[in-house]
Amino acid sequence: MPAVQETIDQVRKIDVDQYKYGFETEIEMDKAPKGLNEDIIRLISAKKDEPEWMLEWRLGAFRRWMTLEEPKWARVQYPEIDFQDIHYYAAPKSTPGPTSLDEVDPELLRTYEKLGIPLREQEILAGVQKPAASELEEANDNVYKSGRVAVDAVFDSVSVVTTFKKELAQAGVIFCSISEAIREHPELVKKYLGSVVPTTDNYYATLNSAVFTDGSFVFVPKGVRCPMELSTYFRINEKGTGQFERTLIIAEEGSYVSYLEGCTAPQRDENQLHAAVVELIALDDAEIKYSTVQNWYPGDAEGKGGIYNFVTKRGDCRGDRSKISWTQVETGSAITWKYPSCILRGDDSQGEFYSIAVSNGYQQIDSGTKMIHLGKNTTSRVISKGIAAGFSQNTYRGQISAHRKATNARNFTNCDSLLIGDQCGAHTVPYIEAKNSTAQFEHEATTSKISEDQKFYVMQRGIPEEEAIALIVNGFVKDVIQELPMEFAVEAQKLIGISLEGSVG
Amino acid sequence: MLEIKNLHARIAEDGTEIIRGLNLTVKAGEVAAIMGPNGSGKSTLSYVLAGREDYEVTEGEILYNGESILEMDPAERAASGIFLAFQYPMEIPGVATMEFLKVAMNAQRKARGEEPLTIPEFLKRVKAAAGTLDMDMAMLKRPLNVGFSGGEKKRAEILQMKLLQPKLCVLDETDSGLDIDALKIVADGVNALRSPDRAIVVITHYQRLLEHIVPDTVHVLYKGQVIKSGDKSLAMELEANGYAGIIEEAA
Repeated sequence: MPAVQETIDQVRKIDVDQYKYGFETEIEMDKAPKGLNEDIIRLISAKKDEPEWMLEWRLGAFRRWMTLEEPKWARVQYPEIDFQDIHYYAAPKSTPGPTSLDEVDPELLRTYEKLGIPLREQEILAGVQKPAASELEEANDNVYKSGRVAVDAVFDSVSVVTTFKKELAQAGVIFCSISEAIREHPELVKKYLGSVVPTTDNYYATLNSAVFTDGSFVFVPKGVRCPMELSTYFRINEKGTGQFERTLIIAEEGSYVSYLEGCTAPQRDENQLHAAVVELIALDDAEIKYSTVQNWYPGDAEGKGGIYNFVTKRGDCRGDRSKISWTQVETGSAITWKYPSCILRGDDSQGEFYSIAVSNGYQQIDSGTKMIHLGKNTTSRVISKGIAAGFSQNTYRGQISAHRKATNARNFTNCDSLLIGDQCGAHTVPYIEAKNSTAQFEHEATTSKISEDQKFYVMQRGIPEEEAIALIVNGFVKDVIQELPMEFAVEAQKLIGISLEGSVG
Repeated sequence: MLEIKNLHARIAEDGTEIIRGLNLTVKAGEVAAIMGPNGSGKSTLSYVLAGREDYEVTEGEILYNGESILEMDPAERAASGIFLAFQYPMEIPGVATMEFLKVAMNAQRKARGEEPLTIPEFLKRVKAAAGTLDMDMAMLKRPLNVGFSGGEKKRAEILQMKLLQPKLCVLDETDSGLDIDALKIVADGVNALRSPDRAIVVITHYQRLLEHIVPDTVHVLYKGQVIKSGDKSLAMELEANGYAGIIEEAA
């Protein structure tokens, strides 16, 4: 069985050394003891200097969580998680809320530098790489016209710095850590937090509501087009910790914001839990574009270690003619359980979901979206591209529903799966439900293998095997890549290439 | 340039032997035509030359510039200058023809230790080559071969050949599916590549293509062997009398 051995060897190559963000930062941490109980929640709340109502909100969620059971319906398998064996709070000691970059621990700045995330504003101003001309032709975004991206850097449980705050404030945009928002803008937080994903929503969202430690807060006031891209970069560093971040984005009437999220973690044998909640609210005529490049550590070649990524992301098109667009590139995590969704509440509102999910090694992905059509003339579009290699399992799970009053709801769904090798699996689980007879839903799905014919053809032009696969795969995901902001698109293409290295058997 | 000695090759999956002791020599500067009836092993020969994994070489040798290429994978062979124009070019969805050309050219440059082409230089070369093949730039923005007509696909093959500047060009049934105008354009493209340091192997079923690409040598392939070699008059003889006579003569 030489062919099988070869496959095994090549899959082995995707081991740790392929994951270039696997380093660990040596920094003194302030940690809560392991375990989860009301005292830990009080401790987190006290560390964050939170008002009483916030603590009550958390405790309410915790009590609810105690009554819930872990969901088992996803097509993923993992040993039971011991929720008492996790640190729920870990923060770099030296940063009790720095007010400027100069106060940030240089070790942290170096960490983000290594990750390629520029936190120094002047560097961003001076150092944005201009893309090559041919790539520019294809770019449909205008990131490079402004050339700048504001970053909120979240390290384990805390936000270490947020850049460009002043300039954003001049436009009326609030961009800060959620902890700061709770202190500085309680009226906004009170009004919107939990209004899309209630504390009772699901097991992981409820857990998050009880113990979330940081995340980003964005508020774009009426009529404002956010002058630059906003982004948050999540980094899990500390051993034995979970990361529970909470992001809340509010776009008032007629406003626009584009938000990017990136994430990485060190390589470890243990599995670490990441359970985030993201809530988006778009009022009348507002538009939110949310892009993610998820590159958590996927585990080693034997499937040991890696991040468990259980995330609840939901957008509420609360206003008429509002629009929310999710774009995700998922390459990391041992387990991904994630369904960025849109509630199309306002009349004529639009929801979009563009996804590329790449799994290799022993990764398991169960991801997709929900488009809930409530308002009249609402439209949604779902384009999902799943790529499975190695021994991975890759599932698209989607729900499209039109409620009674959703006259003329329309959805178009296209899910394509690509298999590389014969040890992996791709699955499509669509749920479609229309309670209004005028709804029009279309669903297209394909599963294909990279054919030997295609690979041979590309290689015959002098393109080495792995590059040939990457080229074919990048062609396959092109529809989605086009939706990403320029700089993410280039990054995402590279990332997909790296994730599939050694996948050819 | 190309020396094939007693080559035996079979389909890896089921062991069916297709090439059975084939000998062929093609010199630099030469245009060699390989003709033969259906199933004689013409396409298989082109795949084996290009290194397709579905075929196993069980015996014999393929020497290219005096060195064996049997251990090289398709990409390495391509980078060393072997080009195959496919009978049925593959569609590559989502990859613009232009992008594909750039990746291929730069991959070969990299293999030779050369710097990648600058964008202006790349565009200049593509425009020049596309112009001679009567291809417009709009077509090159479309995904490679996706929705191309038969003629467009063949032209795209010749375009790639022109840009990659191979040393050994193998054209597998390039005339199939072409109308006379397209045939003329493709043949002109190939003729323009004739040079003293390049060998061209034209695999074809009919004499028609050879009226436009006039060969120096003609080889008749039958049951995986070259049963007769000659000059261009051999192709005409075949056109007039068919393969039967030659097959009988060889048997």
